[in-house]
Amino acid sequence: MALAMPEPDGAVLERRDRIVERLRAIVPGEGVIASVQAMRPYECDGLTAYRQLPMVVVLPETTAQVSSILQYCYAEGIKVVPRGAGTSLSGGALPLADGVLLGMAKFNRIREIDFDNRVVVAEPGVTNLKVTQAVEHAGFYYAPDPSSQIACTIGGNVAENSGGVHCLKYGTTTNNVLGCELVLMTGEVLRLGGKHFDSEGYDLLGVINGSEGLLGVVTEVTVRILRKPETARALLVGFPYSEDAGACVGRIIGAGIIPGGIEMMDRPAIHAAEAFIHAGYPLDVEALLIVELDGPQAEVDHLAARVESLAKECRAVTCRVSASEQERLLFWAGRKAAFPAVGRISPDYYCMDGTIPRAKLPLVLRRMRELSQTYGLRVANVFHAGDGNLHPLILYDANAPGELERAEAFGSAILKLCVEVGGVLTGEHGVGVEKRDLMPEMFTEADLAQQQRLKCAFDDKGLLNPGKVFPTLHRCAELGRVHVHGGAMAFPEIPRF
Amino acid sequence: MTDILKPDKMPQVEEAVRWALTHGKALEVLGAGSKRAIGRPAQTDLTLDLSGLTGMLLYEPDELVLSARAGTPLAEIEAMVAASGQELAFEPMSFGALLGAPSGGPTIGGVIAANVSGPRRFKAGAARDHLLGFTAVSGRGEVFKSGGRVVKNVTGYDLCKLMAGSWGTLAVLLDITIKILPRPEMELTVLLFGLDDGAAVRAMTAALASNCDVSGAAHLPAIVAARVPSIATAASNRAVTALRLEGVAPGVAHRRAMLERAVAATTVAATDVAATDVAACGEGGAIEGSASRELWRAIRDVEPFAAAHTGADRPLWRVSIAPSKSAALALAVSGGVSGSGDAQVLYDWGGGLLLILPPPFGDGGAALVRSALAAAGGTFPASGSFAAASGTSAATGFIAGGHATLIRAPAALRAAVDVFQPQEPVLAALTKRVKESFDPKGVLNPGRMWAGV
Repeated sequence: MALAMPEPDGAVLERRDRIVERLRAIVPGEGVIASVQAMRPYECDGLTAYRQLPMVVVLPETTAQVSSILQYCYAEGIKVVPRGAGTSLSGGALPLADGVLLGMAKFNRIREIDFDNRVVVAEPGVTNLKVTQAVEHAGFYYAPDPSSQIACTIGGNVAENSGGVHCLKYGTTTNNVLGCELVLMTGEVLRLGGKHFDSEGYDLLGVINGSEGLLGVVTEVTVRILRKPETARALLVGFPYSEDAGACVGRIIGAGIIPGGIEMMDRPAIHAAEAFIHAGYPLDVEALLIVELDGPQAEVDHLAARVESLAKECRAVTCRVSASEQERLLFWAGRKAAFPAVGRISPDYYCMDGTIPRAKLPLVLRRMRELSQTYGLRVANVFHAGDGNLHPLILYDANAPGELERAEAFGSAILKLCVEVGGVLTGEHGVGVEKRDLMPEMFTEADLAQQQRLKCAFDDKGLLNPGKVFPTLHRCAELGRVHVHGGAMAFPEIPRF
Repeated sequence: MTDILKPDKMPQVEEAVRWALTHGKALEVLGAGSKRAIGRPAQTDLTLDLSGLTGMLLYEPDELVLSARAGTPLAEIEAMVAASGQELAFEPMSFGALLGAPSGGPTIGGVIAANVSGPRRFKAGAARDHLLGFTAVSGRGEVFKSGGRVVKNVTGYDLCKLMAGSWGTLAVLLDITIKILPRPEMELTVLLFGLDDGAAVRAMTAALASNCDVSGAAHLPAIVAARVPSIATAASNRAVTALRLEGVAPGVAHRRAMLERAVAATTVAATDVAATDVAACGEGGAIEGSASRELWRAIRDVEPFAAAHTGADRPLWRVSIAPSKSAALALAVSGGVSGSGDAQVLYDWGGGLLLILPPPFGDGGAALVRSALAAAGGTFPASGSFAAASGTSAATGFIAGGHATLIRAPAALRAAVDVFQPQEPVLAALTKRVKESFDPKGVLNPGRMWAGV
């Protein structure tokens, strides 16, 4: 592992036995895991290239236990890494050798379903899909649907501000969370939001969403649920040129249509998915769009006809509209299985997650093909085309010497390209450890310092999930100093009234 | 000494904040000043007027994105995107009618800083949900940015959310980038007449729980409805409950029929609900086009409680609460039937937002509104661990299931009572630390939200 993590604190490691004993007093029974063998499943998350055994794993069941654990660790100067289901693709839950791994899996109950206010109150360890399953009998669902929704938890979704294929129309996690209970590193517990809209002060809930477990530990989440649309239909549209596919997405949105989802796949991804799923994808096209329209039947039919005619204007060579629910699901099956499909044609793949302004797609695809030749590695692309979120899958073989390093270098080059064309490093997977050292590509020192000052307001000792997100760790006291340059001038240039 | 600084170049903002830092001065951060009378009266030495920093930086309709200088008038942005058939989907309200603010309307920076929204809040979000990126000068006199120009972005902390609703107390916005969306092709509003508050909330709940994709749900008690010209005649001194549908014509027509069935089932107490329609629960109707737009603009801008109707000094509260609790809260505040006595209420967001004119008490109704909120909204938590762990007693009423903001009141009253919802000690301490992380010396709008913040 080439990645530099914070130097383990020898003084903490020396006290390990005492720390384990103290944690057992807080969480009795099997809630504290200290043997190497039993801790092994926690050594990595979805970013499996990086592994590290934690000092100890603790699995609390109540807010009071979480509070006591954090209070104790704060007092003793012990680092803490929170973890949901461990599906992070950016190493957000990578343990620290001298850190407590705080697993939230036992917080797995739905506390309240409130149809009148259209919310579900859930513990953070409840999986994303379970929320929908708990309300679908009444025709409701929870909108954000990351691909890992069977396994990933609501708490983890909050930490990463997870998205999915329906974000363009329904927003990401942050737009769908109304409240949470939060434990600070000091052990203090507070509530942000509730079943009502907007913050009663600074929108700290908005900051917690996407904070990657660096600001606090979420012990309860209140999410909005929506009524399922009456119907949905998908269009499968093939293009001989990816430029035309990109332009078509712009035309659809420019025409005032916001589909429930618009996905794009490039030729390698289409072929891999078709070989695996046999969804009936056309194989002689460069780009495939899946456009899903949802709403009342009359509206969906009306819009489907409009999208079809726009697609033809954009030189689509194939266009099929799903005639049944079964066919709609088949159209999606190939896309949803794109990652495992690519896994069948390559020993390993590395999933990237940049976002770009949509109009830059043809340029980015062209440059990516060039990079593919430079690094000597194949790449397949699936793309949340509506919101510009790109998932290039770099194909490599971890057993071939140097290929992992080359894949990582290729990945970095892709992300730098995303930033260069006006996009960002990560659309939904998070910075974690993976993109930590690329942050200066996007942010100045002043930008990063301000973010870290906010971190200090929540965690003044820097004990919660250190080594993630920020390339350089600064002490809070150092960040807090005020240096004023040029303040003595009484601004002779500024117009006064 | 002059007391207004009006930069016309970006670096001058930085310069002004650095000067204030060096000399221990406090700045009032101002856009067009349309919301200047909201918040605690600020103790500032100078006004930093950003309305001179204007201009569109980028607008790409196909990409649904727009960037502008923070001082750009909202009206200018709205006109520009309207020409491309687009809009700011969060429907930012104007406080002009309520506060008797200067003409010209707000700046986009002011709209963001106050996290303004409108009747579409429950469907489309507030300003917070549409701000994609910004550049600002912190209270440390440093230029920093966050976010970007794309919708899907989790790179670093989401400081956009923090800027929205910070009322200029953390940083001075220079540039903003927002999400723009297509304007619906048509709108139609279903009107229900004569429902009492409880029945209206039930009807709105049924509408929002249906798959009709309602984009506005408001209830105007009789005295309130009588002040809205687009519906006053039809209302004929009855309460009006309004449900808005937007989209393409075939979809709206289809959803109207579905909506009328969904609502009828809740508003008719009789056993045979399946066969009834809206006409059976009193009288219903619908308005379209400009009449519908007029109605929702009046609701959005709270025109029935405009200074012209109630007097510019009449205290007005804006309460966010779980929708199902709103009728009980309104009842508690009015001490009986809303709209009949001294208190008047307007329901928006399907009951999630209440605009309340309380009876004329010396404290502007602060005690009444906040205790009613605590009683109706409930206090958290259900579990005892929260109170024990945070050292806060739920009985203090601090942790209400909602929040009440004194959106209009004379300065003396705003100095005397909490304008923003009081915070429990742990949250208050965190809020103070967050403020200090951006503005350690209290240079920007100090004390506007809470004393010492």
